Amino acid sequence: MTAVAAGVLAPADVPVVPTALTWRDHWGALRMRLNIARHAYRVEPGLYRVGSPSAVSPVLVTANWKLTFDTLRSNLAGVDAWLLVLDTKGINVWCAAGKGTLSTTEVCRRVIESGLMDVVDHTTLVLPQLAAPGVEAHAVQAITGFRVVYGPVRASDIPAFLATGMRATEHMRRVTFTVAERLALTGVELSVAWRPRTLGMLALVALASGVGRWGFSPDAVISRGGIALLVGFAGLLCGALITPVLLPWLPFRAFAAKGALVGAVAGAVLYALVAPAVGGLAALGAAVAVVTITSFVAMNFTGTSPITSPSGVEREMRRALPFQMAGAAVAAVLWLASAFVGKGF
Amino acid sequence: MSGLRYIEDAVSLEYDSSKCRGCRRCVEVCPHGAFAMDGSVAVLVDRGACIECGACRRNCAYGAISVNAGVGCAAAIINGWIHGTEPTCDCTPGDCC
Repeated sequence: MTAVAAGVLAPADVPVVPTALTWRDHWGALRMRLNIARHAYRVEPGLYRVGSPSAVSPVLVTANWKLTFDTLRSNLAGVDAWLLVLDTKGINVWCAAGKGTLSTTEVCRRVIESGLMDVVDHTTLVLPQLAAPGVEAHAVQAITGFRVVYGPVRASDIPAFLATGMRATEHMRRVTFTVAERLALTGVELSVAWRPRTLGMLALVALASGVGRWGFSPDAVISRGGIALLVGFAGLLCGALITPVLLPWLPFRAFAAKGALVGAVAGAVLYALVAPAVGGLAALGAAVAVVTITSFVAMNFTGTSPITSPSGVEREMRRALPFQMAGAAVAAVLWLASAFVGKGF
Repeated sequence: MSGLRYIEDAVSLEYDSSKCRGCRRCVEVCPHGAFAMDGSVAVLVDRGACIECGACRRNCAYGAISVNAGVGCAAAIINGWIHGTEPTCDCTPGDCC
């Protein structure tokens, strides 16, 4: 009787995945970082292997976002292990755990359905530490008999973690937010800039900026409208790139306040640049708009960062949103007023 | 971690050490080192570092930890306000940021 006929999974039937990434994988990763088709980058859930695992080799559980899967396997050169890929709907480990798609139920279901028990004769699962918000380790053990060991936060620490008998150092257990890590995330933040909705809104504001006491003037669209575009992109750049990069060195805890500070500097520069051309009133409106946009965009970086609590974010928002709305109103009034009583364009 | 800390006094984490059985799970799962072992009992050593991810609560088999867990994300909270639901990072149903 063959293994398949008996309904038993043979180790050789488990697909092997390489630990080296190809140019296509790197290209895919770049697209993910720029927010291009980010939700359609998935791996088929189920059991895989790297190297030549045996019945006693470790079982590493992961999510089915391909960028997550690639990060894991590319750190497993020289390691023999089973990879149990969960169906997290193409979401990374931490977000899926927070959302509940990486759950106790999903872990148990994959353990039972994947045929894992046919190929290993131990009862230990290594889950990423960041899966813990979604998984009750004691419940997984009660249901499947598998003991959960939470591995390191970063896949790059897995070889060392396995080599030391599954002991994670304190460093392996801590989430970091280094400049490189913050920069890697800014592409998705900045991708707001090339969304049709953003471009459409900016185009509309630019067109409206051509209207004034002179009626409608194409030259005003270029001059005042150009400044409006500059304001939009400057605010986005300051909130989605400069504030995240400078995050630890900016004063204040609230991201909205950090952003407002960066926006104030950028707004002052913008004022000095455009006031001679369009007058103080319009320049002031532009400056206030930059502060407001930067503060709002920076506030949205809370969701990207690994250091913010929802209670803290809600408190920050209740304080910041009234200022941001007032800022938007003041900027709009100044901009409109400058079209009728200001210097012009 | 590079001195990065967030608003600390809003944190909802509560820990009842009398229920602790010393399994170490909270120490293991916290990504910000809020818990540490003191002999055979876990102690909350850095409450302000808590990001309310809920990992400790979910992995405490003895109910010693309570926290109002969720995503620390402004967009998610705005989504929740608009739709009158819990904060959610769902951009479209079935998908997510």
